[in-house]
Amino acid sequence: MSELEYKIVVGLEIHVHLATRTKMFCGCELAYGEQANTRVCPVCIGMPGVLPVMNKKAFEYSVLTALALNCNISSFTKWDRKSYYYPDLPKNYQISQYDLPFSEHGHIEIPLEDGRTKRIGIIRAHLEEDAGKNIHTLGNFSAIDLNRAGTPLLEIVTEPDMNSAAEVRTLATQLQRIVRYLGVSEADMQKGHMRFEPNINLHITKDGTLYKTSISEVKNLNSFRAIERSVAYEADRQLDEFLETGATMKMGNKRTYGWDDENQCTVLQREKEEAHGYRYFPEPDLVPVEMNEKWLAEIKSRLCELPLQMQTRFAGEYKLSDYDAGVLTADRSTAEFFDRAVKAGGDAKRLCNIITQTGLKIANVKGCTVAELPITAEALAKLAQMVEAGEISPSASAAIFEDMVNTQKTPDTIVREKNLIQKNDAGEIEAMVDEVIAANPKAVADATSGGKKSKKAIGFLMGQVMQKSRGQASPKVVSAILSKKLG
Amino acid sequence: MAKKIDESQVRQVAKLSRLDLTDDEVARFSIELSAIVEYIEKLNELDVDSVEPLAHCLPIGNVFRADEIRPSLDTEAALSNAPQRHDEYFKVPKILDDNSGA
Repeated sequence: MSELEYKIVVGLEIHVHLATRTKMFCGCELAYGEQANTRVCPVCIGMPGVLPVMNKKAFEYSVLTALALNCNISSFTKWDRKSYYYPDLPKNYQISQYDLPFSEHGHIEIPLEDGRTKRIGIIRAHLEEDAGKNIHTLGNFSAIDLNRAGTPLLEIVTEPDMNSAAEVRTLATQLQRIVRYLGVSEADMQKGHMRFEPNINLHITKDGTLYKTSISEVKNLNSFRAIERSVAYEADRQLDEFLETGATMKMGNKRTYGWDDENQCTVLQREKEEAHGYRYFPEPDLVPVEMNEKWLAEIKSRLCELPLQMQTRFAGEYKLSDYDAGVLTADRSTAEFFDRAVKAGGDAKRLCNIITQTGLKIANVKGCTVAELPITAEALAKLAQMVEAGEISPSASAAIFEDMVNTQKTPDTIVREKNLIQKNDAGEIEAMVDEVIAANPKAVADATSGGKKSKKAIGFLMGQVMQKSRGQASPKVVSAILSKKLG
Repeated sequence: MAKKIDESQVRQVAKLSRLDLTDDEVARFSIELSAIVEYIEKLNELDVDSVEPLAHCLPIGNVFRADEIRPSLDTEAALSNAPQRHDEYFKVPKILDDNSGA
């Protein structure tokens, strides 16, 4: 067999719905799951003679996102019409940006498995409007709902810098976290707030010659898992195809595939043999946007610490594992709440355990975030301090946390009222140990025999002491005294 | 002289525009569109080397509106011009080459 090596090459086209209240060019409310055609007006259903007017917040959200992606912001940007003959956008064109997008040349850092980060280039980000929805359940007809038509849509195009399915998934999750941190999108993939379209091909080296397979674009991906699997599937399929036919990329023979989630495979939709007749031309109904330094500085001031920076800081400064830091920074408010609690004097690792093991569970039941629970970061820091000081056991802290949420009392009050203070008093514990030893001669004999039964018997005695103290004795102290007594 | 817009270009544009043209119409539009393009080409005689490209004919920019909800149309009014409807949806011939999602 001849020598063959290959590299997966992937770039992403990403569409993000901006979380404004209204559409891009008219005042219709953005609404998901509303009755069809209730959020439409003459502008977004393409009536003649109407004029679009830009939504300022949508533009600023876009600039904010581009800044977070390290893009250059153009001082001058304009709008173009992209010819588009489908009934889900009844103007027969989409308002988009062609030759002068509002931002270009950025990058995003993604974490790799080995702890390093990789920089993925961003070619451009531009603003456009989304189309409506086609529903194909009417036999020879389609039903059209234009509620979504005109939704502000931020399109981000990356360089083909990703070289594995895992990297593609990581970039997608990072971008979701970034737009959520910035508050510019709800970024729910299931709801279509965020759509990822990977462009995939292989660079194959065979007998010293480089071959490139033709590019596949995959659509219809509505989960991170689907993104990762579709890239892996396409890479395998293209390799098989190359080995079988030897076919390589020709100019413009990009193919579009749809992801079939049920059968976990890609399905060919069409071959782009002819150049698309988008026939862009300048949008005469919209005036250009000029960005000045003052406005840009004002938008810049709304940037926050980004999720990966925060995750890296938590891992470095607070000595958390990458995993823990990742869990805490999945949501901005949770991460900031944790950060405040640490700064209020709680031990980072202890707070991390309390938040991830108990806090997230309680928040989940209440249907909110940890930061939205009716407790302060200071109160949680106090709880962590009490555990650290050995005043309460880690297991008691979960119940106290829940009480804090339900009663809004401070942890010290709850501990006092419920008599949960952990006993460290060696004298008192020693007395209990003595009682247990006296009452269980058989277990003591087993424990001191040194045989197989020894470990189990010590555990039993330990449990008896804890029970006697109603869980309030410090296990550390009990264990020390017990082992001393048993010699 | 070859026509500026030949019949194959007319057919291509018609296809992209979802227009079903007869052969006679294709021939006629080829002549008419060619005449229009030839007329417009007169502009090429102008020397514009020292003229800045213009993005918009009005000397203004940054016309925005606040992100405030305004009343939408009543669904009945929105659908009133539609040739066909199905419940509260617009009803159109089935889309074969579905490129939705822009």
